[in-house]
Amino acid sequence: MCTTCGCSPTDTHQQSYAHDRQHHHTHELNLPRQLHEHNHQDRIIAIESDILSKNNLLASGNRALFREKGIFTLNLVSSPGSGKTTLLERTLTDLRNSTRCAVIEGDQQTSNDADRIAATGVPVRQINTGAGCHLDAHMVSHALEEFDLENLNLLFVENVGNLVCPAAFDLGEDHKVVVLSVTEGEDKPLKYPQMFHNSTVMLLNKVDLLPYLEFDVTKCLEMARRVNPEIIIFQLSAKTGQGMEEWYGWLKEKSGTGN
Amino acid sequence: MHELSITQSMVELCEQNAGGRKVLAVTMEIGELSGVVPDSVEFCFEACSRDTLLEGATLIIQVIPGRGRCGCGAESPLSTYFDPCPVCGGFGLSVVAGEELRVRELEVE
Repeated sequence: MCTTCGCSPTDTHQQSYAHDRQHHHTHELNLPRQLHEHNHQDRIIAIESDILSKNNLLASGNRALFREKGIFTLNLVSSPGSGKTTLLERTLTDLRNSTRCAVIEGDQQTSNDADRIAATGVPVRQINTGAGCHLDAHMVSHALEEFDLENLNLLFVENVGNLVCPAAFDLGEDHKVVVLSVTEGEDKPLKYPQMFHNSTVMLLNKVDLLPYLEFDVTKCLEMARRVNPEIIIFQLSAKTGQGMEEWYGWLKEKSGTGN
Repeated sequence: MHELSITQSMVELCEQNAGGRKVLAVTMEIGELSGVVPDSVEFCFEACSRDTLLEGATLIIQVIPGRGRCGCGAESPLSTYFDPCPVCGGFGLSVVAGEELRVRELEVE
């Protein structure tokens, strides 16, 4: 059977090669098998490869490097404006006596976020993706050249604010951490399921604003667990500090900097 | 619009495997749960294939339906990550199909 469209070996195959959404095939029946093979079989090259294999290979390289150097790496993902940078500023400041951190900042343009991180005294590297909507493993591997990896415990990669595209690209991180703020809709986990499915931790941020909003926390958590029953959830406010200790506890335990 | 970089990677992968021959057709698989929109890949393909061995090639996209397996042992269709198991009502089915993003084969001149 023809592997392109399932026609039988006695069919001949003439395809329309113009790029065309209908993918028209025409089949002329009962022509000799030899003609079909000549026209078709020797022109088929089987590939059977993942399209993201190149990214995945580079991500494996990053991961191996993190293991070798003992660096715990988190990929922070969210929609724009969820408070990722504020969360990082507070986390870096509060952990500075116990943990050696570094940050890779991903944005389409500007070094505004990197400037804010740099003000905490933590090493930071900004990646501008230009038109790109996500970071990939290749960008991260080059950003790593900027750091003294021998003296790092914890690396945060703040991805481009986007709840869709970064889900597909492994950077070599230990875990994805999705940040959702209560000023967004509580049904975000169902609207963007791939991101919540692929994340180990969800940080529900800006909970200090709950008294002023109609955000239903119970419903939100229930929806997140429907997409990912194993997801670890911390409710916190990077602005007031509420709930941050639990998040730090998890970070210290996982990165081995708890003592 | 990560379909743009995915389509670029796809074109690159095909060119590496085409042995310098002009590509007439590409068959690829996109899983229902992969987060990649087939229409967007088609849209990007024309631009990404320009001035490559794939220029003018037909793009054949096979969409692979999602399938999940529940802890209770039942297997069922899965069109989103939050579909419950139709047998026990549980969530968090493990995905057995539908996350594919692959090039299957090329037809060359």
